Amino acid sequence: MSSDKKNINLRLKVWRQKNSQTEGSFEILDAKNVSPDASFLEMLDAVNEELIQKSKEPIVFDHDCREGICGSCGFMINGEAHGPQKGTTVCQLHMRNFSDGEELVLEPWRATAFPVIKDLMCDRSALDRIIRAGGYISVNTGNAQDANNLPIPKPDADEAFMSATCIGCGACVASCKNASAALFTSAKITHLALLPQGRVEADQRALDMVEQMDAEGFGACTTTGACSAACPKEISLINIAKMNREYLRASVTKKEELSGGGDG
Amino acid sequence: MSSVLDSKIPSGSIENKWKDNKFKMKLVNPANKRKHSVIVVGTGLAGASAAASLGELGYKVKAFCIHESPRRAHSVAAQGGINAAKNYQNDGDSIYRLFYDTIKGGDFRAREANVYRLAEASVSIIDQAVAQGVPLAREYGGLLSNRSFGGAQVSRTFYARGQTGQQLLYGAYQSMMRQVDLGQVELNTRREMLDLVVVDGKARGIIVRNLLTGEIESHSADCVILASGGYSNVFYLSTNAMACAVTAAWRAHKRGSYFANPCYTQIHPTCIPVHGENQSKLTLMSESLRNDGRVWASKLKGDLRRPEEIPDTERDYYLERIYPSFGNLAPRDVASRQAKFRVDEGHGAQGQEAVYLDFRDSIKRLGEDKISERYGNLFQMYEKITGENPYKSPMRIYPAPHYTMGGLWVDYNLMSTIPGLFVAGEANFSDHGANRLGASALMQGLADGYFVLPYTVGDYIANTQLKPVKDTDDAFKAGQDGVKSEIQKMLNIKGSRSVESIHKELGRIMWQDCGMSRNKAGLTSAIDKIANLRKEFWNDVRIPGVANEVNTEIEKAGRVADYLELGELMCRDALSREESCGGHFRDEYQVDGEAKRDDENFCHVAAWEWNGSADKAQTRHVEELKFENIKLATRSYK
Repeated sequence: MSSDKKNINLRLKVWRQKNSQTEGSFEILDAKNVSPDASFLEMLDAVNEELIQKSKEPIVFDHDCREGICGSCGFMINGEAHGPQKGTTVCQLHMRNFSDGEELVLEPWRATAFPVIKDLMCDRSALDRIIRAGGYISVNTGNAQDANNLPIPKPDADEAFMSATCIGCGACVASCKNASAALFTSAKITHLALLPQGRVEADQRALDMVEQMDAEGFGACTTTGACSAACPKEISLINIAKMNREYLRASVTKKEELSGGGDG
Repeated sequence: MSSVLDSKIPSGSIENKWKDNKFKMKLVNPANKRKHSVIVVGTGLAGASAAASLGELGYKVKAFCIHESPRRAHSVAAQGGINAAKNYQNDGDSIYRLFYDTIKGGDFRAREANVYRLAEASVSIIDQAVAQGVPLAREYGGLLSNRSFGGAQVSRTFYARGQTGQQLLYGAYQSMMRQVDLGQVELNTRREMLDLVVVDGKARGIIVRNLLTGEIESHSADCVILASGGYSNVFYLSTNAMACAVTAAWRAHKRGSYFANPCYTQIHPTCIPVHGENQSKLTLMSESLRNDGRVWASKLKGDLRRPEEIPDTERDYYLERIYPSFGNLAPRDVASRQAKFRVDEGHGAQGQEAVYLDFRDSIKRLGEDKISERYGNLFQMYEKITGENPYKSPMRIYPAPHYTMGGLWVDYNLMSTIPGLFVAGEANFSDHGANRLGASALMQGLADGYFVLPYTVGDYIANTQLKPVKDTDDAFKAGQDGVKSEIQKMLNIKGSRSVESIHKELGRIMWQDCGMSRNKAGLTSAIDKIANLRKEFWNDVRIPGVANEVNTEIEKAGRVADYLELGELMCRDALSREESCGGHFRDEYQVDGEAKRDDENFCHVAAWEWNGSADKAQTRHVEELKFENIKLATRSYK
């Protein structure tokens, strides 16, 4: 995979912050002789290798699979979540998208609900707590009927799949001026509400997940669409409309739980 | 060689072993279950499914993961699919055929009883996943769709585009989060297990490092399940995620859990080739692509032409030529080896270490839209990484380390040689023999977690006297002290070499001498080289920063220290297995490039016992494999 393009030099302005209690600041670092075939994180690896050689602490950032699916990586590059390439996580962003001599500003996700842990790493556990509040179908292991007993129209299954591809990276929150988690939350609500198995609990799920989302300190959604534009999996804004509908219907029609049923 | 390994395979016919065994197992009554606790290390498919299922049953579960969220576990990256013997296609599939294909695919080096149970469970996994809302691919009639995978002549692979692992993991993760919400599972994220605590000969807890604060913590329970994944990162460059490590399994090994068949590693045939020195990992292109892609190399040696310029008559579709009955869907070990042979003979794509995976004919037959619907995300990933459009010119691919069949030895109940330590998923050695078939890893991880451990863990708890243990007991204190002093020792070295540079060097040795083909001379010299490198690590590694905060270099250093010990054991295991089987290919033992097994002397599992120090040779134990249902035969895909 050797491309004919020449190696490039970049100037990085990187957010360095020792921990959540300490104030951070930008540090200027040079990335020299970067191969256009390297990924953005491989470029940072090389910068870190140099820092270690100077006995300095490397830049800390979350990352793992490096193939755009685990959702670990993500930071702002020149104000854009995951950088300039559409539908791409920062680990899949390659240096051929940059030119020699560019200056790049790297910052962690900025949101009250995502406190910075160190440098470019932040705490996104709020997203797990939203799933925990209702982002599942209540079925115990062993309860299932044969998988083909219940046909699901292909368009519904495909749409549910598209919503389910959200990797929970937090780019939607970081790129939203309100730091809203509406796209993340709605993708799960929509995924499950589209399927007959998930329909049973759809009302309660919408109420509980939205309540948790608000409790975590995420902002309100004003439908600017910045989230969907930044999403590396290109999750559609329609999910938010569907969530709003699910939520509204659930709040109007919710039946009070009656005692005496269920466990009898 | 000694034989102290009791596989505890139940008696009876293969079809009834698991059924009868389940009935014979002791049960824990619902009121007592809540008094018992289980630690689960790792929250990928095996760990999350086990944690969810045990939580549902009423046990108190403590789950641990290295990531900030269980959803990041590397199972998320599995692309192609999951096998199940549903026979929805009416093409002759059955539980017995999946069992047969898996045994044969593993080159007759797996236990029959385990594999049969796996094939049985496969059917329930699909039901369970669909009930959880996992959006598997469907046909227009609303029923589930299948594709084909290597080593099988039926279509039994269920999938969700190229993201099957992601969707199945989210299903298990969501089920586990439901148990977290119900208070049955306590979730501990950003924790790395650094030691196993054994009390009175039984596994009773773990020592972990809190990766945010550096604090060393103790956690106790009635038993421990390890579901910590495989060790392909011993090669440095692999398709595994960066944090994939042998550490949890290796620390258990050092406490007495035997390590089985470490030399059985899977080199996956279709990965994006290496581009340069600073590369940090390799990316897989799913085996499912071989449903519609044709693999070829130029017939000419040293052919520097672009692939489009090479006419059909000058292309060697070598898998179709050598294996006419399986063609491009030959199993992984076979396909990888043939790619290596082509490159070694000088037929590499434009002189590089690569062969072609070509969709030209399928696009002509089915149209670009259909191909995009099937593999769109993979084509997109390929283009992002290489800057080339695979709709226009063929993909270039080359084999890369991907999966490890070896792992901690377990008996039929998935219990290791330490009572109370269970091992699930890729971390154990049990089901894939010397080569895993495609779409079988997801199946095994979920079978272990949903359908095996919930029974066998209960049986262990019901049958075992478990005295109360507190995480402040001496055994835990000793464990903590050991972990702390090792971290301090690494920090104090203040040498000149980064952890990364040592890991890279280890990877080069392993790839060169313990990779796709191995021989006596190479393995012998690799053992020396690795031992020297290990000394260099302990004399000259440089780790900046301090222990009591986020320090990614400390994390990496601990993992590389373990890989250095494991790498040596892999070479010793490969050296002592004087035959070729599946992914273990010894140059000395072959017939025309096909693996030549020695069933008389090596029809066994080799399980290694740690002898207290990395400088002492480990003891090789043997578990004989008996084939009572499937006749031992030379594997042929021709």
